[in-house]
Amino acid sequence: MVWQTIKRWYHMLGSPRYFYTFSSALLPWLTPIALLVFTVGIVWGLAFAPSDYQQGNSYRIIFIHVPASSGALMGYVAMGVAGLVAVVWRMKMAEVMMKAIAPFGAALAAISLATGALWGKPTWGTYWQWDARMTSMLILLFMYVGVIALQNVIRDPRQAARAAGLLAMVGVINVIIVKYSVEWVQTLHQGSTLKLVGESTINPAMKYPLLISMLGTWLLYAVNVLVRARTEVVWRERRSKWVRKLVKGGGQ
Amino acid sequence: MSVFRAALVRELLVLWRSPAEIINPLFFFVMVISLFPLAISPKPELLALVAPGVLWVAALLAVMLSLDGLFRRDQESGVLELLLTAPVMAVVPVSAKLLAHWLLTGLPLVLISPVLAHMLQLPDGVLGTVMLSLLLGTPALTIIGAIGAALTVGLNRGGILLAVLVLPLYIPVLIFGAGAVSAAVDGGAVNGILAILGALLALTVSLGPLAVAAGLKISSGN
Repeated sequence: MVWQTIKRWYHMLGSPRYFYTFSSALLPWLTPIALLVFTVGIVWGLAFAPSDYQQGNSYRIIFIHVPASSGALMGYVAMGVAGLVAVVWRMKMAEVMMKAIAPFGAALAAISLATGALWGKPTWGTYWQWDARMTSMLILLFMYVGVIALQNVIRDPRQAARAAGLLAMVGVINVIIVKYSVEWVQTLHQGSTLKLVGESTINPAMKYPLLISMLGTWLLYAVNVLVRARTEVVWRERRSKWVRKLVKGGGQ
Repeated sequence: MSVFRAALVRELLVLWRSPAEIINPLFFFVMVISLFPLAISPKPELLALVAPGVLWVAALLAVMLSLDGLFRRDQESGVLELLLTAPVMAVVPVSAKLLAHWLLTGLPLVLISPVLAHMLQLPDGVLGTVMLSLLLGTPALTIIGAIGAALTVGLNRGGILLAVLVLPLYIPVLIFGAGAVSAAVDGGAVNGILAILGALLALTVSLGPLAVAAGLKISSGN
């Protein structure tokens, strides 16, 4: 029963037209919720959470750093999955998603690196260190750039999406290997203090604003992907009847 | 199997008859390495310190640049289309092509590496590790790079784009390859690192040609 529902949704959302109407209904709700959650998380974290007993107030950049890092990582994995669907099943919406996911993810990777450098200076005394996580994030940014570059160079949009999809799939395997291969170089970065399973070692007063700002970032990411995907869908389907009707009706 | 053999013989012949494609990567390798003593310092102790990284980065760039034209000639002459529409799995002739390419461009780098390592003042005891690490690493570099070459085959501006796509994927091989040589210089254990390098090679040999074939199919619009 559940499987049937998933299958039906997969096929329905695979249709560009259905996706467009579905996202039209979803966005007016999702956008304010995303903005609200993000603002609550950031304001709570930056202004009201207690300061750290070792790092003072400088730790507060965690409320931007960790959500950005997690968003960049999840974005790349999502892009790899969309790439798999695009290459194997040639589903149009997966191709559109591939293209929509990349820019925001690359921006988040850049934000993660920048905030990490700013946080590293007061805490470790250096902006940059070639440790496992920082190096992996840098490579992740490079691979986002590679996917975007490949997409921009190939003229046919369907071919571009499938080529970039294959690259993203290889990239996902690479991210995992890079993560473990730089780990044997000495690591400066602290381990994860936030765990979904098991006991977190982070103070609950810091944990909840962190979780909320992470959720807010992911929701904003989703909004961004939906908006980009809608633009792409309309462009790709510009010759179809429903888009013509949409344009004539002033977007209604 | 006969398809594989026929494709291998053909590729070896084609490459053998255009010796520039074999010699140029080799000389690139030698030239890049001879830039470093001139740029950094010819002091033996300094050179020995950077030598593992220099050797590996130069080998990596030589392999990558040799791949730029890997599929281009076949695409221009129409051979690639025939290969992809032939009644065999595309991965068979593609694997033969990769093997031929490595035999004539990757293997010479391995064979000349002890001379260059000696010129970079590495102790004689580590020359074996240098060769072994390159022997395990360069085929992996060839296959990973071929994925990028397959995806960019129809585009007229390979070069830089290929580097942007492929260099991030080369990083694990580089870390373990140069790491093995550095460990040998320090007198540490190298077997574990070489084993990981071998594991990376096994992964790329088993899955890489499939990705290359898929990339070629995408690029040719099938």
